[in-house]
Amino acid sequence: MFTDGMGVIAMYALTVLLAIPLGKYIAKVYQGNPSRNAGSALDFIAPLERLIYRLGGVDPNRQMNWKENLVALVTINLLWFIYAFFMLLFQGSLPLNPDGNPSQTPDLAFNTAISFLVNCNLQHYSGESGLTYLTQTAVIMFLQFVTAATGMAAMVLVFNALRTEVADKLGNFYVYFVKSITRILLPLSLVVALILAFNGTPASYDGKDTIVTLQVDTVGVSRGPAAGMIAIKQLGTNGGGWFGVNSAHPLENPNYLTNMVEDISIILIPIALVFALGHYINRRRLALVIYGVMTVGFMLLFFPSLFAEISGNPAIANLGVAQPLGSMEGKEIRLGAAASAYWGITTTATSNGSVNAMHDSMTPISGAMQMLDMMINAFYGGVGVGFLNFFVFLIVAVFISGLMVGRTPEFLGRKVEAREMKIASLIAILHPFLILVSTAISSYTLVNMPDADWAVKPGNWLNNDTFHGFSEMLYEYTSSAANNGSGFEGLGDNNFFWNFTCGLVLILGRYLPIVGPVAIAGLLAQKKYVPESSGTLPTDTGTFGLVTFAVIFIIAALSFFPALALGPLAEYFSLR
Amino acid sequence: MKTHIGPAIRLTVVLLVLLSVIYPLVVAGIATFAPGGGKGETITVNGRVVGYKRVGQAFTEDRYFNSRPSAVDYNAAGSGGSNKGPSNANYLKTVQARIDTFLAHNPGVRKEDIPSELVTASGSGLDPDLSPAGAKIQIARIAKIRGISADRLNQLVDEHTEGPLLGLFGPSKVNVLQVNVALDALK
Repeated sequence: MFTDGMGVIAMYALTVLLAIPLGKYIAKVYQGNPSRNAGSALDFIAPLERLIYRLGGVDPNRQMNWKENLVALVTINLLWFIYAFFMLLFQGSLPLNPDGNPSQTPDLAFNTAISFLVNCNLQHYSGESGLTYLTQTAVIMFLQFVTAATGMAAMVLVFNALRTEVADKLGNFYVYFVKSITRILLPLSLVVALILAFNGTPASYDGKDTIVTLQVDTVGVSRGPAAGMIAIKQLGTNGGGWFGVNSAHPLENPNYLTNMVEDISIILIPIALVFALGHYINRRRLALVIYGVMTVGFMLLFFPSLFAEISGNPAIANLGVAQPLGSMEGKEIRLGAAASAYWGITTTATSNGSVNAMHDSMTPISGAMQMLDMMINAFYGGVGVGFLNFFVFLIVAVFISGLMVGRTPEFLGRKVEAREMKIASLIAILHPFLILVSTAISSYTLVNMPDADWAVKPGNWLNNDTFHGFSEMLYEYTSSAANNGSGFEGLGDNNFFWNFTCGLVLILGRYLPIVGPVAIAGLLAQKKYVPESSGTLPTDTGTFGLVTFAVIFIIAALSFFPALALGPLAEYFSLR
Repeated sequence: MKTHIGPAIRLTVVLLVLLSVIYPLVVAGIATFAPGGGKGETITVNGRVVGYKRVGQAFTEDRYFNSRPSAVDYNAAGSGGSNKGPSNANYLKTVQARIDTFLAHNPGVRKEDIPSELVTASGSGLDPDLSPAGAKIQIARIAKIRGISADRLNQLVDEHTEGPLLGLFGPSKVNVLQVNVALDALK
């Protein structure tokens, strides 16, 4: 157990140690002139980028305002959706399908296309049988790169608005998008993929193998070019695994070393982006305060989950067996309870959604912490979009503290007025609205129409009864709205009701929280810059950090408390 | 929107080539130098492949170290956990039944010494490992069936115990397939 704790400490320490230089590097990447070198280590990639701009028909020097940038973002996203949907719908008849897997049904293809388009990676199928090598690489892995880059590019647009010298132009979406791939995501993915491959993760295109075991059973073994995809699914806060059980699978996550590398990859870029903000807009203290608030929140969620998992399941203890390793249902021996609890919190903090243990089987406290993590969705957060969510809370905090001290609310030298505040409030309320309303609808359906003649009868949706069953539904919509992608996988979710409702929640939960902050940023950037004076409320202090934390706690935590009380908390108190 | 459709299509095609063709082929190419050539490492006994080193398999016979319960019966064509919640009454009955079975097959073992990993299903359903304690509690049974001394088996488990990474990070584990292959080779 001691070495398990050391492993977790090492993972977090290494992440921060790597994130500090990476943040500096990322700021340089985005600051660089698009057609010239940025003075960073990967300048040799510049010719490749020029080739991509030329073949793509993009003028990298063109400056666009926030509306043009959003139109560019939405247009290319729409195209990806159509492309992904039809590929999945016809994958069974397309090449690179050595295992002979079938095409997806229209509702499953709709859900899958949206889920990967919005960087959520909720999976209502299992990778071994639900996809082909073609769709794994050309749809799933492709979207894992480009949607992560989309989030990062949107974030840079907001960064640009926070710089003092900016007017109404926020830069060029395409440039930030391409550079995010060529200079950040692709090089890091290559490193991680090779570490995985040399530790036993398959990377070749060979199909499923059949073996006769020592005990003379005949079983199959699924394989495929998995290493490359697993790398970007971890780094891009995507989370959709090659195999059905994600990084609990011994080929997707072969040993403790790969587990450390994969888990570090989950929060590396999200933390680095906070530091990048400090360098990019030249406000390092503000970045430190933001990092501090996020880290305190992260730890407050992690430790209860850690203690719950290593203490084990009280109901198993009652049966009289020993739990020296903690709660082991749904967990792997080579990873252990502590590393699984840590993964559970990193993956829900960041909208990653990959898992290395089955969250459905974890203790109620862990379930509660994971859901709360996604309900807040701003402690580190997804690549790019995590900061956008935090930005909304910052605006609300600025406004509230401005009112409390009786001054006009200002953020980084620009007045926050009614219009920005309306957008921020709507975005902040959207998240609880999506989660709670959809969970209410599914609960109503389950109770009142248990025998409806659908592919899966509502009465058979749940894998567990009572409080835990409710948690399965609450978790699914929380994960969808937060674009996380992890699940209480016992839920029978591959049917029209869940594919459709989750798909809707996914779209709203992705694009509105991108459009809102970019719009706020665009509006702020158009305003006159007022230099900070003694009359300005400073936003880079511990006091302001505390106010931000309080705002997050009040908006996110309290609006979800009743739902959590019905699910995991009730289960916790009833578990003896 | 119209002005952005052209770049959207062209950029997508270019990036598909880079990210979905070149990148995975580069990884696959370099991985041919990895153990197992990027196809997964196998274990061979007398010229016959008996399994993948990292993919667990079912060992239910008393003469072998038994692997953990699995929700997919160790068929690695798929993967899966039980997804049973900790308070689920039916699930707890299943665990109780596994405890009873274990006690019946391992007379002399006290219930409070059974590590819970032996009566709970793993996350993947393909867990290749046991903890050292999970292996050692089965020694008395195997020693009796095979007529090998318990000391020798203890030594075997120790030889096949892989400690924490660098001696510092993570749990200790015993690869069930490898220890059973070695067990068959003992006499």
